[in-house]
Amino acid sequence: MSSYEAHFKVWRGDVSGGGLEDFKIEVNDGEVVLDIIHRLQATQAPDLAVRWNCKAGKCGSCSAEINGRPRLMCMTRMSIFGREETITVTPLRAFPVVRDLVTDVSFNYTKAREVPSFVPPADLGPGEYRMMQEDVDRSQEFRKCIECFLCQDTCHVVRDHEENKTAFAGPRFLMRVAELDMHPLDAAAETGLDRKTTAQDEHGLGYCNITKCCTEVCPEGIKITDNALIPLKERAVDRKYDPLVWLGSKIRRRQS
Amino acid sequence: MATGTEPHLNSGGVRTPTRAAIDAPHLRTDRWWLAPAATAAGLLAFVVYSTWRAFANTDYYAAPYVSPFYSPCLAENCEPMRSGPNWEIFGGWWGLSPALLILIFPLGFRLTCYYYRKAYYRGFWASPPACAVAEPHKKYTGETRFPLILQNIHRYFFYAALLVACILTYDTVLAFRDEHYEWGHMGLGTLVFLVNIVLIWAYTLSCHSCRHIVGGQLKHFSKHPVRYRMWQWVGKLNARHMLLAWVSLVSVALADFYVYLVASGAFDDPRLF
Amino acid sequence: MSVVDRQEWDVVVVGAGGAGLRAAIEARERGARTAVICKSLFGKAHTVMAEGGIAAAMGNVNAGDNWQVHFRDTMRGGKFLNQWRMAELHAQEAPDRVWELETWGALFDRTKDGRISQRNFGGHEYPRLAHVGDRTGLELIRTLQQKIVSLQQEDKKETGDYESRLKVFQECTVTRVLKDTASASGAAPGRVSGVFCYDRESGRFFVLEAPSVVIATGGIGKSFKVTSNSWEYTGDGHALALLAGAPLLNMEFVQFHPTGMVWPPSVKGILVTESVRGDGGVLQNSEGKRFMFDYIPDVFKEKYAESEEEGDRWYEDPDNNRRPPELLPRDEVARAINAEVKAGRGSPHGGVFLDVSNRMPAEVIRRRLPSMYHQFKELADVDITAEAMEVGPTCHYVMGGIAVESDTAAARGVPGLFAAGEVAGGMHGSNRLGGNSLSDLLVFGRRAGLHAAQYAAGLAEGRPAVDDVEVDAAAAEALRPFSAEEGPQAGAEAGRPPENPYTLHQELQQTMNDLVGIIRREAEMEAALQKLAELRVRARRAGVEGHRQFNPGWHLALDLRNMLLVSECVARAALERTESRGGHTREDHPTMEREWRRLNLLCRLTDPTGELAATDPVRGQIRLARETTEPIRPDLLALFEKEELVKYLAEEELYE
Repeated sequence: MSSYEAHFKVWRGDVSGGGLEDFKIEVNDGEVVLDIIHRLQATQAPDLAVRWNCKAGKCGSCSAEINGRPRLMCMTRMSIFGREETITVTPLRAFPVVRDLVTDVSFNYTKAREVPSFVPPADLGPGEYRMMQEDVDRSQEFRKCIECFLCQDTCHVVRDHEENKTAFAGPRFLMRVAELDMHPLDAAAETGLDRKTTAQDEHGLGYCNITKCCTEVCPEGIKITDNALIPLKERAVDRKYDPLVWLGSKIRRRQS
Repeated sequence: MATGTEPHLNSGGVRTPTRAAIDAPHLRTDRWWLAPAATAAGLLAFVVYSTWRAFANTDYYAAPYVSPFYSPCLAENCEPMRSGPNWEIFGGWWGLSPALLILIFPLGFRLTCYYYRKAYYRGFWASPPACAVAEPHKKYTGETRFPLILQNIHRYFFYAALLVACILTYDTVLAFRDEHYEWGHMGLGTLVFLVNIVLIWAYTLSCHSCRHIVGGQLKHFSKHPVRYRMWQWVGKLNARHMLLAWVSLVSVALADFYVYLVASGAFDDPRLF
Repeated sequence: MSVVDRQEWDVVVVGAGGAGLRAAIEARERGARTAVICKSLFGKAHTVMAEGGIAAAMGNVNAGDNWQVHFRDTMRGGKFLNQWRMAELHAQEAPDRVWELETWGALFDRTKDGRISQRNFGGHEYPRLAHVGDRTGLELIRTLQQKIVSLQQEDKKETGDYESRLKVFQECTVTRVLKDTASASGAAPGRVSGVFCYDRESGRFFVLEAPSVVIATGGIGKSFKVTSNSWEYTGDGHALALLAGAPLLNMEFVQFHPTGMVWPPSVKGILVTESVRGDGGVLQNSEGKRFMFDYIPDVFKEKYAESEEEGDRWYEDPDNNRRPPELLPRDEVARAINAEVKAGRGSPHGGVFLDVSNRMPAEVIRRRLPSMYHQFKELADVDITAEAMEVGPTCHYVMGGIAVESDTAAARGVPGLFAAGEVAGGMHGSNRLGGNSLSDLLVFGRRAGLHAAQYAAGLAEGRPAVDDVEVDAAAAEALRPFSAEEGPQAGAEAGRPPENPYTLHQELQQTMNDLVGIIRREAEMEAALQKLAELRVRARRAGVEGHRQFNPGWHLALDLRNMLLVSECVARAALERTESRGGHTREDHPTMEREWRRLNLLCRLTDPTGELAATDPVRGQIRLARETTEPIRPDLLALFEKEELVKYLAEEELYE
């Protein structure tokens, strides 16, 4: 087992200001960035604020930016850095800072509430649901989401433009709209809610310019852009920009 | 605290006052600029080349090969191509290069393509230049208003691209003739055309709109087993959309360049049989 | 003293894991205004770590399954120590709880005919676990979270406010359950009146006044060094109940999983699923020997292979060969690993080797064990198709917990206090079956929410009042770490530097791991109690730097009280129970005793006023009491064969 001393820069401060603080800290074989942050807490900075929970990449709490890239600290192995390299850890830069590495992620909870929930079919009771595996596959992929909000953090629509936060739900919650729209038993349409249209009109799908950063940072490897956002855009096109599809659905509805 | 940076005053994005006080627009230490720079360089090279060739209006036909930039040829001022794609819909009044008439469609298809959009938004627009690198623009409305809202018509260009791909397939069939229009021959050009048309089809069919139309729009795959299979198949291609976008771009330029070399006499098409 | 913010609610739920959220949903649907308090962000609870599935006898895969079979499996798994009524309710209601998740949007893996797929698991007679790949816990949490959002959307439509009837206080911690006192209320004192909390982000204190409090805080694993549990598992709920005067039941039963990761340090304790061994993984010591053959106890001799060749044949032909000893019960495997390490034949990082790489082709490993392949690849940079894993026992689950009424989930002796999930005791007896925890959360979460709402509604105007003196005392207790340097408390010497809470925590974890771990001995547990007494004294001087805003050092200092209390419960109960059963293994009392089956051990606070000051280090803070359980109902007993019952029940129970 070999250990060495690494150079860390960790952002410390709160909403009234702050900056990168330098630390020299021991690193052992097999450790991840979160281990080092914990060692800083235990030995040099007991009040260093950081969120974490499962330490196994399953809860999505320890999101931060490491050398400028949004990542989970528990899933960032120290071995990917050179021993001479300075490792910079900052809080997520798209959200208001609370203290040190902790940010106020309430934006995401606000957006979660704005997406109308699953609408159970009126004619099916508990235990009567029948769904085929191939019909749930797509939504299941999106439900792998651990809500680390790295996609929300990296998305330039809100990261670089605070003013867009009211109009834009962000990749995670547009993906939630897609998940519900692809749910084989979601009965929203029967209640007059067209998720395809509201994706654009109310959740800001049009702001997405599919530059794929959400997919790049997703620790669960969900193909957010290709499997959720673009299909959702195409579904919005069905509703709003494609007279052929519109005509077809009209005719079919008349027939049935 | 610490080094005593004050909170940002009244500047936007990552420098919004409530956010962590860090002045740098990004803290990435890798070569994040490489990908957008390479993308921009690659696209720029193609634009320069294709502009030259599209406006040149010469050296696009060397029997039996017609450059994909000039097929189908929709004006009277086209070179006659025996049983080739001469459809003079535009009659005689069109005086410019006939390439400009037809190139609108593949150009539109690629311009509104979900991959190319990413590529040029990042490469040319720097919106964003790379992930977690601040973009230089003050305002951003994405594809919510004119002109970028027109990106939504991608699927019409896809339909057009299907037609164009059919015509280029026809051109490839014609390439199985020799320069005297005898059937059953092949030259190096035929191979170039074959490779190109395969890549064009692969790129066209791997399109996100295509994936949506063949099956993605369905709610219940289980009720449409054939379309489900097609969706899965297109999905596999779609996973390589970026790769296909680039190789088909290069292959179409190479096919044109090959025709140019042969037509201008700089190179003699080696016949295989 | 300080003026503290107060809000009024009908039901307060402490904890936002599966049990807490299910309780909150039920309470809100029954008309109670409900507040949920959780230490982490909403949706991050430890429940997300559950992989296997939710056990429910739906009979989708094998129609022979029903609640009676499930009940039987649960009782066997718990070595008949379970509160049988809880096990009965659990088995009966689990299918409904799973089905209702679907109506809230959950997407389980499907069978060919479109129903919820169910998988096999250890101890379950039929395929029974509803699952979503290996992320069932995440699906459970997300579904409950989204159901809560959906209820809030309804409330918004009606009242204009999302949080008018159901509110989540995320990143807040409860430090005390408040009760009314004789002076404050005319009626019988001792009823729950609310909770005292602090907001982790700002450090501000607040009080939620409510006649019903549901505790759903999960387990205690963070008192042990090697654990699969997250930081939240500091036994808060156990301690809150103790301090409020409710007893804890059978705290000696802690489930250790034999195979957790031991290397690298960042992932120490994370579970390596049992199916690695089920699929052919073998345990080897540093000499490359498959040591499990040396550890087959006599009682199992006939059921397990005697040679490697026979064991290997079992994977292909289980009918004509005996299974390899790697598949012995968890406690046997864990004991063997322990012995090998102690004998100096362990792996470099203090475990043993679990190898699949020499057993099957790389591609087969990746297909059969995808999540394990990724877990080691991504977290440890170990390619399990090419090298062996290092594994060792890890603290996984506590079967013991708050003693509750089986039907209502009401904590005994404290009106208005309810408990559900891992924090509640009894349901799993001495050992929990895989898959039964998620169904436990749902079944008893719902029951707790239901009865908490009913209790609150029944009080109408005569609600217990919050006593200002209690609030002030709680605030003073919570602030103590900031003034620790001055040593104002008895037992702390003035002028001595404050203790580092991180150091104290590490020493506590080491103590529990070494002395009250998987294999227990009388002398070691006595030593542990001594050490705990010393730590308790030092913990009173635990001091912190900085201020109250999101200060993890302070949070840990406050959690130490809970961990110390719970650890003492575990140690005292383990010392008392002189037999080995399920999650409690005594080296000095290695057999299961039928007499002990009827005996429950209850932990109560020595000083019932809830004050923790000035306790005698040797006597400690916990008083133990034995209690004889109610006999199992005859119709439930009739589900078992007589020959089986004789192994567990005492003579007189059989003929009653």
